[in-house]
Amino acid sequence: MLYREAGQFKTSYQKDQQIFPILQDRIFVSIILVIAFGVVPMVGNDYWLGTIFIPFLVLAMAAIGLNILTGYAGQLSLGTGGFMACGAFAAYKLTTAFPDINIIIVLIASGAITALVGILFGIPSLRIKGFYLAVATLASQFFLVWLFNKVPWFTNYSASGVISAPPREVLGVLVTGAEANPAAKYLFVLSLVAVLALAAKNMVRSSLGRNWMAIRDMDIAAEIIGIKALQTKLSAFAISSFYCGIAGALWAFVYVGSVEPLAYDINRSFQVLFMIIIGGLGSILGSFLGAAFIVLLPILIKNTPAFLGLSMASDMVSHIEAMVFGVLIIFFLIVEPHGLARLWTIAKEKLRLWPFPY
Amino acid sequence: MEILNTIFVAPFVEIVSYPSFFFEVLIGGLLSGVMYSLVALGFVLIFKASGVFNFAQGAMVLFAALAFASFLEWGFSVWLALPITVVIMIVVAYLIEKLVLGRLVNQEPIILFMATIGIAYFLDGFGQTIFGAEIKSIDIGIPDGTWEVSGMLIPEFDIVAAVVAGLLVIVLAVFFQKTRVGRALRAVADDHQAALSVGIPLTTIWTIVWSVAGIVGLVAGIMWGGKLGVQFSLSLIALKALPVLMIGGFTSVPGAIIGGLIIGAGEKVGEVFWGPIIGGAIEDWFAYVVALIFLLFRPQGLFGEKIIERV
Repeated sequence: MLYREAGQFKTSYQKDQQIFPILQDRIFVSIILVIAFGVVPMVGNDYWLGTIFIPFLVLAMAAIGLNILTGYAGQLSLGTGGFMACGAFAAYKLTTAFPDINIIIVLIASGAITALVGILFGIPSLRIKGFYLAVATLASQFFLVWLFNKVPWFTNYSASGVISAPPREVLGVLVTGAEANPAAKYLFVLSLVAVLALAAKNMVRSSLGRNWMAIRDMDIAAEIIGIKALQTKLSAFAISSFYCGIAGALWAFVYVGSVEPLAYDINRSFQVLFMIIIGGLGSILGSFLGAAFIVLLPILIKNTPAFLGLSMASDMVSHIEAMVFGVLIIFFLIVEPHGLARLWTIAKEKLRLWPFPY
Repeated sequence: MEILNTIFVAPFVEIVSYPSFFFEVLIGGLLSGVMYSLVALGFVLIFKASGVFNFAQGAMVLFAALAFASFLEWGFSVWLALPITVVIMIVVAYLIEKLVLGRLVNQEPIILFMATIGIAYFLDGFGQTIFGAEIKSIDIGIPDGTWEVSGMLIPEFDIVAAVVAGLLVIVLAVFFQKTRVGRALRAVADDHQAALSVGIPLTTIWTIVWSVAGIVGLVAGIMWGGKLGVQFSLSLIALKALPVLMIGGFTSVPGAIIGGLIIGAGEKVGEVFWGPIIGGAIEDWFAYVVALIFLLFRPQGLFGEKIIERV
């Protein structure tokens, strides 16, 4: 009844090409944005903002990046962690070398550096496909993390190898480092993620995105109709790495507060890959849903035994956590292989007809 | 020039001036490569028969080794523990087929790949919950000394591992080429639909393949566990088996062996002669880079089936 598009006429091309063509969708998205920008930082306490919302947003950004590469352009990658590390270290080097430059510019520059690295590691994709490519991207994962571990120049010759993120301000408010207020950090990350998610959404609707999808669906056929495989694949690698790089930098600067290569190991790559599979391949919304799911699930599992009044040894809990996590992944894949985004679409379809069956 | 000299000249000078040391490193590398091949074999079997990229192979190695080591710990003899573990691996294979893969028929390969990562998480957690997470040792009487052959030291354990791997490959080859089930397996690997239409039961075949992969995993687990002790890190050797697969091709049993030898030898020689120049611990990524270079010339690996694409 509420979700009816009858009577909403599109009278111009501009209206026809809106991201959210239905009025109810626009209202819904505005409400979400108001809640995210206005209500959450007011209501949420430091724990919620610091350990749930900020990692959720940062990982959602990484998931958008990987979704562009894997979900839209069809190039399976297991190198996300390496690209995130690259972004984090690029941002660290830039901001320590030029402390006066605004952190936002530093982040964008570090994203651009990561994009170049991404292009470099994307070159094999022109010849290698499918799972062979996935394994090949592992080379970037291991090599980059090793590089940042071994070469002291990246850590500014710090003795311990672990370096803390320097405090930086935006508009006079401290947003990075350990002393920053969680609400300020949250708003900073949220603004960046919102802008970049909008950019990603528009990119995948443009000719660039259509080229990616053509390459994904069948690259030889795409080449025959005149899509340049080289440019398309490398642009997917570049833009995906740009997002992953910024996400990595935010992870180090805003969430953890220190830059360490270990935070970007192979498990991070798998975590982000899980997000886009659970959320939905080829869906920007799915990246957010998947990130929320993967961030919340371990917290839920961890707190369930205590909630039920069971006491268990901590290593036992971590093993059971792994078990439950594995089972839930399989369960979700069986129930809806196309991810949470598909469930969302189905729900909308149902809502459109409600209360009638068809 | 200085740098070029240290990278391209000095190591070769070292190799030529101490050939016996080089051969010792090379043979050590080849033998450890055999151990990688043992893990890679499990991957190949499953990929060949069902097209599933089985990331859980490492977890299966860990699970089998944990079970076997625990039975030994509980006072079972080797000849009792071995069949019990084999039965357990068959049950695991059956359950994986029944509960996971059977419900994901006709899905995209990436979905199946993800499901096997889920299985890997589950098996890691489940194995350590039941059998405990402390490091166990497996001692089934494999000699542990070293042989000295014309000045080179060769660990006996690795020789035994190589012999076991050789036997395993022969047994698998006979199984695939000479038995009824093996013929059915090859038919399924060739074409699922055609195999189904001539009356080969797919689900049974898949259960058999996963069981065989589980048993190969058990062998790998015993060898690796005997060498390093049974611990969680066994599960991570799966990552080491991936470049082996890339070089050999995902669908080739001999490829897994040859790939393992190349990776093992390349890794050890690289680490010993070039590692110190660029900071050491290059074992983590060296194999991947070697594999990447191979793939640039042969995108389907050395022995993989030629990829034919049609529009």
